[in-house]
Amino acid sequence: MRLNVTVNGEARQADDVWEGESLLYVLRERLGLPGSKNACEQGECGSCTVYLDGTPVCSCLVAAGQAEGCEVRTVEGLAEGDQLDRVQQSFVDAGAVQCGFCTPGLVVAAHDLLKRVPNPSDPEIREALAGNLCRCTGYEKILDAVRLAATR
Amino acid sequence: MEFLRPTSLAEALEAKSANPDAVPIAGGTDVMVELNFDHRRPAALLDLNRVGELAEWSVTATGTRLGAGVPYTRIIAELGDRLPGLAMASRTVGSPQIRNRGTVGGNLGASSPAGDTHPVLLATDAVVEVASVRGVREIPIGEFYRGVKRNALEPDELITAIHLPEGGGPQQFSKVGTRNAMVIAVCSFGVALHPADNRVGAGIGSAGPTPIRAVDAERFAAEELSWDSPKPLTDAVARRFGELVAAAATPIDDVRGTAAYRRHALSVLARRTLTWAWKDYARCA
Ligand SMILES: Cc1cc2nc3c(=O)[nH]c(=O)nc-3n(C[C@H](O)[C@H](O)[C@H](O)COP(=O)(O)OP(=O)(O)OC[C@H]3O[C@@H](n4cnc5c(N)ncnc54)[C@H](O)[C@@H]3O)c2cc1C
Ligand code: FES
Ligand code: FES
Repeated sequence: MRLNVTVNGEARQADDVWEGESLLYVLRERLGLPGSKNACEQGECGSCTVYLDGTPVCSCLVAAGQAEGCEVRTVEGLAEGDQLDRVQQSFVDAGAVQCGFCTPGLVVAAHDLLKRVPNPSDPEIREALAGNLCRCTGYEKILDAVRLAATR
Repeated sequence: MEFLRPTSLAEALEAKSANPDAVPIAGGTDVMVELNFDHRRPAALLDLNRVGELAEWSVTATGTRLGAGVPYTRIIAELGDRLPGLAMASRTVGSPQIRNRGTVGGNLGASSPAGDTHPVLLATDAVVEVASVRGVREIPIGEFYRGVKRNALEPDELITAIHLPEGGGPQQFSKVGTRNAMVIAVCSFGVALHPADNRVGAGIGSAGPTPIRAVDAERFAAEELSWDSPKPLTDAVARRFGELVAAAATPIDDVRGTAAYRRHALSVLARRTLTWAWKDYARCA
C-alpha cells in the first residue's frame, strides 16, 4: 500500500509498504530516517520513541497504516538546522551519551517531559524515562542531562 | 494482508462482519509484538484508531461508560476520581509510551490472565459492551473470560465499551513485579468496597488461567465489616481475607514466580489493600 505521512513537518510518501510493518520500519528503511533505533521491536526499550500526533509512542508498535495522515516527529526533527534542541545539547554537555543507541528515544521522551513539566522532580524524570533502557550509562548522566535541560 | 480503516463504529462493525478473521488493532501494544515476531499473520488488520466513538467516555445514569479505545494515559488523567481502581491499575501498565497507546479494550481483547485491568474490572462489577451488525450485548465481566487468552467475543463482534457502575466506595489495586515499570504482574489484586449494598469486590490477576473473582473472600469481608459504624479492621479479619483470596487462586510455577510465592504474595496484597480501602471508608463514613 501507499502511505502518506507528515514527518518532521514534511509531507512524505512511501510505496509498497507491507500492511503489517511498523512505523519504525517505514521511518528507517523507507524514508531514510535512521535516528529512531530498532533494538527490541516489542515496546520494551523505548529507543524507537517518536511523537505521533504530538504523543510519544514506540514506533515499533504502530502499524504503518495507523500512521496514515498523521504527523510524526522524530529525533531528526528536534534540532533547528544546526542548532541542537536544548535536550540534545544537554545530553552532549552532561556526557549522557556512550554508545548512543538509546539516546534518540531518551531525547524524545525527555523532550516530551519538559514540554509537559518544565521543572520536573527527580521522581517525575525517572517515571517519564521508565520506558527507555540504556545499557551503558547507568542513567545518572541521563538524569543530569534532563535536569540541565530544564534550566535552559 | 489487508488493512481496513473504518472511520465510524457502523463501518467498523460492517468490516468485522464481512471479515471475521480480521484482527482488530487499537493501541497495537499486543498485536504489533505478535506481528513483529511473526507469531501471527492475519489475513487483515482492522484499525480502530479512527473510530471516534471508541475513544470517548461518558457519565451514564448508573456509572461510567468507558470507550474501549480510551488509552491508559487518559484514564489516569481524566478518570482518577470516578474510577480510582482502574486508574491505579492503569498507572502500573508498561511505560509512558505503552500507556499512551494501550487501551482497556485491548487488555480485554488479549484476555491475558496477567492483564492489569482485570482484577479491578472484576472487583468493580464491570460490564463489557460488545457489538456486531447483529446488535449489542452486555456481558458481565465474570462471564467474559473463558480460558487462557480466550474470551466471550464472537468472531463478528468488537468490544465497544466497558460500563463501570457507580461504586461510591474506596478501591485499591496492587501488583507484584521485579520493578515499578514495564513489568508483567507476578500476581495482582484489586478490591472495591460497595457501601450501597455492603459488599466487597475482589479480583485476582496472574494466578490462574483466567482472572479470578475471590467469591468466598468477598462474602467473608462483607459479613465481617462494620459498615454502619466503621471500626478499624482487625488483624484477624484482614488475615482471614488474605487467606481466602490466596485459596481462590489457582497459580502455576513459571518463569515469573512459583505457585507458592504467588499464593503468599496474594494474601499479603489482599490484606494490605483491604486495610487501605477500609481506612479510607472509615475516614469518610
Ligand atoms: C512493553 C510492554 C509492556 C506492557 N506492560 C503491560 C502491563 O504492565 N500490564 C498489562 O496489563 N499489559 C501490558 N502490556 C500489554 C498491552 O499493553 C495491554 O494488554 C494493552 O491493554 C493492550 O491494548 P492495545 O490497545 O494496545 O491492544 P492491541 O494490541 O491493539 O489489541 C490487543 C488485542 O485485543 C484485540 N482488540 C483490541 N481492541 C479491540 C476491540 N475494541 N474489540 C475487540 N478486540 C479488540 C486485538 O485484536 C488484540 O487481540 C504491555 C505490552 C508491552 C509491549
Ligand atoms: S524498538 Fe521499539 S521499544 Fe524497543
Ligand atoms: S548509551 Fe549505550 S545504551 Fe545508552
